Amino acid sequence: MNPIFKHGPSPVHRLVLVLLCSAALIFFDHKMNSFEPVRGFLQSLVSPLQYLATAPKQMMNWAADNIITRRQLLADNQQYKINELVFHEQALQLDIVQRENNRLRALLASPLRGDAKKMVAEILSVDSDPYTHQVVINRGANDGVYEGQAVIDDEGIVGQILHVGTTSSRVLLITDITHAVPVRISRNGLRLIATGGGVIDRLTHNYVPHSSDIRTGDVLVTSGLGSKFPEGYPVAKVTGVIQDESRAFSQIKSQPVAKIDRLRYVLLLWPEQNNLQGLNESKTLPAEKADIK
Amino acid sequence: MSLVSRLIMFLTLLVALLASIMPLPLSVDAFRPDWVLVVLFYWCLALPSRVNVITAWVMGFILDVLLGSTLGLHAGAMAISVYIVAGNFQKIRNFSVWQQALIIGVLSALYHLIVFWLQRFLTDVVFLPSYLYPVFTTIILWPWAFLLLRKIRRNFRIT
Repeated sequence: MNPIFKHGPSPVHRLVLVLLCSAALIFFDHKMNSFEPVRGFLQSLVSPLQYLATAPKQMMNWAADNIITRRQLLADNQQYKINELVFHEQALQLDIVQRENNRLRALLASPLRGDAKKMVAEILSVDSDPYTHQVVINRGANDGVYEGQAVIDDEGIVGQILHVGTTSSRVLLITDITHAVPVRISRNGLRLIATGGGVIDRLTHNYVPHSSDIRTGDVLVTSGLGSKFPEGYPVAKVTGVIQDESRAFSQIKSQPVAKIDRLRYVLLLWPEQNNLQGLNESKTLPAEKADIK
Repeated sequence: MSLVSRLIMFLTLLVALLASIMPLPLSVDAFRPDWVLVVLFYWCLALPSRVNVITAWVMGFILDVLLGSTLGLHAGAMAISVYIVAGNFQKIRNFSVWQQALIIGVLSALYHLIVFWLQRFLTDVVFLPSYLYPVFTTIILWPWAFLLLRKIRRNFRIT
């Protein structure tokens, strides 16, 4: 039975009410960042929806993995065996170099570098919102994921953890407009900041003087400043240097080396155990470079 | 309104939410129609006393959490778009399906522009024409969604 006369507050009152709610939420969430704990809770609350939405894709992947010819499997296996041989040889070399490095560092009384803990995570969903670059992964607080944690793929830095839920968490990608990574050029150690521009295949570098030695093709690696990202992981490759003297700074563009638009598995990094002390201390410093703007 | 009717309505909205976060290839992703807006538009036309501005706001809020945007952003835009429908449902009901499709196209454009303006206000995003691609797919989607949802409503006698 449809009511002839409407009950309750009029649409205008309702609209004013919800718009006030919206304005308050936007203010407290964006300007004050006071919703972080609630965000984690909400993230856990909606994660069943995310698992459900990604189910068809998982099924397709499962089917694609299972419907594969024996010949293809044999060829893959062969390839992996060859790869393993090559990597094993490189690991042997690396082991020797690492020991030598540790000895030299000990001689110089510098802190030793330990092995970082790592964990593989799978991408659950990629956001359809065009204004932010974020992905959701299937690891959360239950696996020890924490906010601000570095996320990499097999090529380089992907981003950092933004919100942590119980079984899933959200990764802010380095190409997001609000994200910046402190980097240095691996060739000469020049320090830069790689800022996301909201475009999936481009990072920009602001405030670079004309005199700085940057060439197209230079590889940018994380500098470890700001203690969010561990040192030495590749971030991007310089694709364009425009030194226009009429502008105050030269314009540098680079392309992320991680396959940001083709992610399927990512690695979560935990800081090295013997550096934890230093990390906690540096949190009190005001200038945290890898912070979200 | 019986429990089953409520459940069916809830299910259609849930499916719309799932469709709006389902992973798609990057090239198709820009054309993803506004599923939630289409379903809300239908229910608001059919049963304006049940689905109104508050429902729209709650759906927008869930969308905010799912998309990881600033809380209250999609919620506000969704509420404004549905408010226009709620105020004019008697006129819009009498239009043909294609006229309704044009109206939902305008609403969808308004929704995307409000979201863009708010984002622009909060962070320095720049406008790309691709932000309005969903308007076209939403217009194309409307007749089919309308027929399907009407069939569901008549089948389960949701009033």
